Order: sequence, then structure tokens, then C-alpha cells
Amino acid sequence: MNEASMTKQASDDTPNRDATAGPIRVLVAKLGLDGHDRGAKVVARILRDAGMEVVYTGLYKSPSEVVAAAVQEDVDVIGVSLLSGSHIPLFRELGRCLREAKADHIFVVAGGVIPEQDYAALWDSGVDAIVPQEARAELIVTTIRNLIAARGRV
Amino acid sequence: MTVPMPSRPVKRAAYRPSIELVPEILGGNVAAIARMITRAEAGYPEAAPALAEIYRHTGKAHVVGITGVPGAGKSTLVSSLIRGFASEGHKVGVVAVDPSSPFSGGAILGDRVRMSEAASSSQAFVRSMATRGHLGGLGRSTLQAVDVLDAAGYSPIIIETVGVGQDEVEVVTAAHSVVVLSAPGLGDDIQAIKAGLLEIADIHAVSKADKPEAAATVSALRGMMTLGSERTGSKWTPPVLPVSAVSGERIGELKDAISRHWSHLRESGELAERQRGICRTRILGAARHLFQHKFDERADEIGEHIQAVVNRDMDPSGAAYLLLGWANERRAT
Repeated sequence: MNEASMTKQASDDTPNRDATAGPIRVLVAKLGLDGHDRGAKVVARILRDAGMEVVYTGLYKSPSEVVAAAVQEDVDVIGVSLLSGSHIPLFRELGRCLREAKADHIFVVAGGVIPEQDYAALWDSGVDAIVPQEARAELIVTTIRNLIAARGRV
Repeated sequence: MTVPMPSRPVKRAAYRPSIELVPEILGGNVAAIARMITRAEAGYPEAAPALAEIYRHTGKAHVVGITGVPGAGKSTLVSSLIRGFASEGHKVGVVAVDPSSPFSGGAILGDRVRMSEAASSSQAFVRSMATRGHLGGLGRSTLQAVDVLDAAGYSPIIIETVGVGQDEVEVVTAAHSVVVLSAPGLGDDIQAIKAGLLEIADIHAVSKADKPEAAATVSALRGMMTLGSERTGSKWTPPVLPVSAVSGERIGELKDAISRHWSHLRESGELAERQRGICRTRILGAARHLFQHKFDERADEIGEHIQAVVNRDMDPSGAAYLLLGWANERRAT
């Protein structure tokens, strides 16, 4: 099959997510030893008010637990808030678990305290966007919607 | 301000036709099960033949409903039950329902918070589901999700309803065994003789049994039971069991009561009757949904009628008949 016909077929089988699919599903998770979830709860609420279904996992989750939950819940996005400074190893492990579960169609969006010099390491781990602390609610929502729109439904 | 993103291309994933997922679901593939539930919920026409095929492989699982007021401890109890059943070698399925926002359509699905440890067991599959506007305590596609888990070999399958009030009893038309969880300290013994939620229980559980008020709730429920069961024709008397997730007290007894009720249904022949009831409700529910869908397609026409109703030229009921194209069928009142 040549590429043109593949693209054709993909567009036929992949109707516009917003038009035909259910709400975007997001797993909001706290990874590792980081007990501060006020920000995560605020983001969960923002996404809820934008019409998304948000699965909240609670605190102190390991990357493998988060990936297992994300697969069962069939979410489109995993949103992880990290304030503990251990983002580099935790996102690396999260990315590894996602690949192992053949679930790397799920977007990973990072938030919390992530210094700019660490961005490259997170991109290498499969992170798809890093939401800065000062981002407004609409920006978080638009970022997620744009990612889903680019990928289409699965 | 912009959101930093990597320079690599955005992730892609191919859409796999639903019918291709069916053999994987029957083989127990977790990702395929999860995807099919998503498609059932979204109501993709493409998924309908696959769901019909899946349905042919269902009917093996024991479906258990857990219902009760918000904060009664349903998720905590489900978590304990997962552990109990999984330790006996069962593959436990859970569909946990939480409400959708009537305004945005979004939802916070928080049942996993209390189930985390149990849910990460490889013996369990836990799925959070929003009601998406469906009333009655379940989501519209909850039973299709149960079908998928049933076909994949999960049993028991536990449906955790939204936190209900007194009247959301839909779970009784969906589950073989219904556990009503009451929390202590929420009213006097007149609550125990009211109609509704309490009548549908096959098993009563009283949560937070470590609290002193629990004894009064247990005694009120037992008192109600002495007046006889509402479910006529059954030889089953609903037990009233105090449980505590804090102390782990009597969770085992509750699990045994659930298993005992399942044996009772099968041995007494009452199971066949329940199955018929469940199927009847599902057919009617599906018909109602199809009808609603057809109706929604015409909902734009309502604009023509609003002013007439505002002007008192027509009553709301008459406008509804017009909207449905049933103007000639309206009975004289």
C-alpha cells in the first residue's frame, strides 16, 4: 500500500475526535514521594470544567502503578505534577513503563517545578509538553486539546 | 506564553477496528478490554458489531452491585473485596461510576484513590466511568463494560454506583447480588423503613463498624428485616453485616455472604428470573436510548413551538406531541 492510500484510509477510519468521540480522558497523577497535591487537584478541576473526564489516582504512586491505571482507564493523557525535584528519574521510568505496556500513544504532560535545563532530559523520556507554573487554565486545556486533535482517536 | 514541547513529531497511533479487538478481549488482553469499553461509552457505530459478538460470550460472571450514600465507604469496601476475591484466585472486574458535571460534561473520577493498592493487582481490572448524564446511579454504558469484562473471564464483576440518595435503584436491574452500604449516624430508625434504596438489598452492610453509632444502624436495619423482605417469592433473607475497613473487621464475612447469595440464586432457580429481569431492562433501556437519539436529531425544531407555549397558544405537552410528529395521537384529556 502506498503512503497516499494509507493516509486516505487513516483519515476515513479516524473521525474527528471532538465530533464523534466521548470526552477526552486524562489521568492526573502524583509520582513518588511528593505529598503536595493542591496543584494537581486544581488542574483536575480545570480539566473537569473544560468537559474532560479526569481520573485522579491520589498520592505516592509509582510509575508502573500509574501506567497500569492509565491502560485500564484507556486515558488519552497522563498529567503528572512533580514538585519534589526527582522528575528526571521518575519521568524516565514512566516512559519506560509506557513503552513496555505498548501504551506510548498516551501523551505525557508534565507540570510542577521543572527547571528549564532539565527539559531535554524529559523530552528524551517521552514527555510531550511541560506546562509552566504560571500557565493559565485555558493554556493547559488548549495544550491537551491540541495534542489529541493532532493524534486523533485510537 | 507558550507551553514548551519537544521538537519530535506528535505521537501517532493507528485506529484498530473494534472487531479485531474481540479475540484479544476473549484472551484477556487488558488494553483491548479498556479500548472496547471506551468505544462502547462513546457509542461508536463501528463498535456495535463487536459488542454484539462479545455479548455472545457473556453470562458467566457473577455481577455484584455496591450502592450507598456518598461517603459511605463504597470504594474502600470494593478495595477490600478485590483483595478478598483475588486472594481466592478470582479475576475481579470493577466498574466504578462517578457523576458527570451537568454543566461542562466533565467529571472527576476519584474512586481509584481508595483502590490503588488492590487495583494494581494483576488479578483486578478497575475502570472508572462517568454517568455522562445518565440518571439512576449507573452510566449508560456500564452494562456494556460489564459485558466486556464478563467475556474476558472476570468474575465477580463489581459495579460501584455513584453515591446515591434514596431513589437511585437502577443497579438492582443490572446486578445479580446487590449490597447496600449504610453509613452509621445518618438519621434515626424511621430511615430504615422508608421505601427505595434499602428495599433493593440482597445484603445490607453497615460501614465504619469501628464507630460506636454503627450498632444503632445495624439494629435499625435488623429491626426492619424482621418485618419481612420486600422481594417476594425469595427464600433469601438479606443479612445485615457490620464491616470496618479500618480494622478489617468482618470483610471476609461480607465476601462469603456475596458468594452464598450467588449459590442461592443458582440452586434455587431464582437466577433465571433475575437474568430475564436484567435482559428486559436492558432491551427497554437500549430502545429508550435509540429513541432519545432520534428525538435529539429533531430537537432543533423545538424553536418553532417555544413561542406558542410562551403565548399560551399551546400547552407544553401538546408541543411535545408535535415535536414527535404524533400530533394525531394525542388523547383527548
